Amino acid sequence: MTGLTIRRLSKSFGSVRALAGVDLDVPARALTAILGPSGCGKTTLLRLVAGFTTPDAGTIAFGDLLVSEPHTAIPPQRRRIGYVPQEGALFPHLRVADNITFGLPSAARRSRKRLAELLDLVELHSSTAERYPHELSGGQQQRVALARALAPNPSVVLLDEPFSSLDANLRLSTGRTVAQALHAAGATALLVTHDQNEALSLADQVAVMREGRLVQVGSPGAVYATPADSAVARFVGDAVLLPAVVTGRTARCALGVLSVRGGPGEGQGQVLIRPEQIEIVHGGTGVPALVGAVTYFGHDATVAMTIQPDGPTVTARVSGTRTPDPGTHVHLTVNGPVTTFPGRETAAA
Amino acid sequence: MRRDGAYPPLLLALCVTVALIAAIPLLFVVGYTVSLGWGAAWRLIVRPRVGELLVNTTELMLGCMILCAVLGTAAAWLVHRTNLPGRGVWHVLLAAPLAVPAFVTSFGWVSVTGAVEGYGGALLIVTLSYYPLVYLPVAATLRGLDPALEETARSLGLGSWAAFARVVLPQLRPAVLGGSLLVGLHLLAEFGALQMLRFPTFTTAIYDQYRSSYDAQAANMLAGVLVACCAVLLLAELRLRGRRRYARLGSGAARIAPPVRLGLWSAPALLAVLGVVVLALGVPLGSLARWLVVGASTAFPLGTLAQTAGTALGLGLMAALLTTLCAIPVAWLSVRHRGRVSSTLERSTYIGNALPGIVVALALITVSIRFVRPAYQTTGLLLIAYVIMFLPRAVVSVRAAVAQAQPVLDDVAHSLGAGTISRLRRVTLPLMAPGVGAGAALVFLAVVTELTATLLLSPTGTHTLATQFWSEVRDVDYGAAAPYAALMVLISAPATYLLTATARRST
Repeated sequence: MTGLTIRRLSKSFGSVRALAGVDLDVPARALTAILGPSGCGKTTLLRLVAGFTTPDAGTIAFGDLLVSEPHTAIPPQRRRIGYVPQEGALFPHLRVADNITFGLPSAARRSRKRLAELLDLVELHSSTAERYPHELSGGQQQRVALARALAPNPSVVLLDEPFSSLDANLRLSTGRTVAQALHAAGATALLVTHDQNEALSLADQVAVMREGRLVQVGSPGAVYATPADSAVARFVGDAVLLPAVVTGRTARCALGVLSVRGGPGEGQGQVLIRPEQIEIVHGGTGVPALVGAVTYFGHDATVAMTIQPDGPTVTARVSGTRTPDPGTHVHLTVNGPVTTFPGRETAAA
Repeated sequence: MRRDGAYPPLLLALCVTVALIAAIPLLFVVGYTVSLGWGAAWRLIVRPRVGELLVNTTELMLGCMILCAVLGTAAAWLVHRTNLPGRGVWHVLLAAPLAVPAFVTSFGWVSVTGAVEGYGGALLIVTLSYYPLVYLPVAATLRGLDPALEETARSLGLGSWAAFARVVLPQLRPAVLGGSLLVGLHLLAEFGALQMLRFPTFTTAIYDQYRSSYDAQAANMLAGVLVACCAVLLLAELRLRGRRRYARLGSGAARIAPPVRLGLWSAPALLAVLGVVVLALGVPLGSLARWLVVGASTAFPLGTLAQTAGTALGLGLMAALLTTLCAIPVAWLSVRHRGRVSSTLERSTYIGNALPGIVVALALITVSIRFVRPAYQTTGLLLIAYVIMFLPRAVVSVRAAVAQAQPVLDDVAHSLGAGTISRLRRVTLPLMAPGVGAGAALVFLAVVTELTATLLLSPTGTHTLATQFWSEVRDVDYGAAAPYAALMVLISAPATYLLTATARRST
């Protein structure tokens, strides 16, 4: 398995600019998620890496091998990629076994050893091999699709929103199985998704994409805690954004004076607080607030609160066992450092 | 697949050629009317004879459409929504008249009693032949209906009849109207049955004009009026389809509505269904059997039978191959390269669906005599007529087949190392094969029992099962005609059964 290097990659469809100069390093043996809203160009990026489409400019290299540069491109069938499209796209006329071994040389197709290994890898029972795709559940189909992609030992595995057609529970468990199988196979994988939970929970590296550009590349923790700008902050999770004045390593905002991550700064700006950083304390220190709507999820709850006397409304995430009653007066404190964005003030989100 | 590409030129050229061939009859009718001049055309059209034919055709068509709608819907409801005993058997028997060409049904009746000649008899026989065209789509819709809708209506206080009238019937409307319009189109094209029943309509009049008086002008103008009638029906169909909303079924197994208990009504319902089956199948097939015995006792024409069967099968195979070959580029273009040009080309291949065989034949005769004299009276010209008439059936099936072979499967195979040839062999062709085969089978079946165009276009000395049957009937030698009819029914029965069976599974 090799890493993947993308440099200044561009592609337009007619007058629509799908990719505008993308640079990305995908480390070997790790799962990188491209996260972005629909229409941001992430699927185009995947299809360019696969070789189904040719770029207008830029290069793509698998390890040291340039597979795509302006004048030459290696066709998809010789790139040694594994491709898992939406809804799996299993060949409906072939049994699971024949689907999985489709990409193997014809001599190897008859050997059951590789098939057994792959079924094992994606945690499917060996009896599944004789079934047809329509006899499988959505999650099983997706796992067969992964096994099929991994069978020929590809250098890079590409996954195009592979879990979007599954329902919430299945999405989580199938995602975990797939990520484990990819790790076990030591695969370099590129996962395209619009679901931030999926990206944060499955990937080793997250690349956030917007309007044909990558706006931030980093570990899931870094992207969540220190997003590049307020839009990324809102896209990767719930965010409380408040106007603030930064002085040195502190920021003054409606929730008090908070300590700031990173180097010292100065001037007007915005502060990002994640809802789970806001703690509700009954009495004592903290900023007074009036409890509004409480949305209960069981394991946790979100609480909308208006900072007294007439401050903005902020949302906190609290444990499901300790939800305050609407209409009560509470005090708020903020745990841990916060991230600030320089520039003009924006209303609280 | 190539989202950013233009239409591939070679494919486009092929499709344009196919579309032009399919448009020959329509271009001919319009062109002929224009070249004749408005005055001359008007004189030929506004005649008492034309008025008489128009009244005959219209009253038969409307009567048959209404009867088919009532009969088809009632039968479908009884078989698919009640606890009528033996529903599986009744479903097959009620769909079976599709396998018997209308001219064979009318032969069965005429050879038993002369009382069926004239309007009443013609109405009875065409209704018995064509009601499955309403029965099948209505049955499919009834089976696909979400029972939750009816249950919701019941929960809102409607009784079972009111719920049926206000919730179920409106949902059946597209199927009933669509099926009835199809009946109308078939009826406008029907020739053999009506000629045998001595009920003159446009088709029989065109044939008589052409055959007995060789009056090409009058025949062509009658064809023009007939095409106008078809256009009216087709416009109604298009309007209907534009408003139709297709119920989207979930991927899970659809819940089946609990059947209505007939109770004391079981016996009358059984009698009614039995009556329909006896009239539509029993009488024609019974009399066919009787004439078979009569014919066999005199001289069984084994040689001619084998020869005409061979000719019909050969023509059927060639037409199926040719039509499918024409359908593949059109279907491929319309599925893989969506756009205004491709959908226009696809639609133009559907013209044949609305044009009676007699118009297609007349157009090809006139065009070939005028422009390509050597083609007149050749098997090639007959095959082109079949292609024009049955291209829609092939395109519909092949289109579904191409849609089966989704581009994403191609992408996956591509990524797994399969080159162009290998992808075609291992993915695209296996996926398309069933649909393409079904389309070819539909064309084959239609050709084997085709009468009108074959009568007019077959080269001298070429006799098919249908034309040989026709000439024996004309000589009132029913015993000699029976074996040909029986063979046609035998050939088309299994395929019709399979087609209704797939229709049942897909709903």
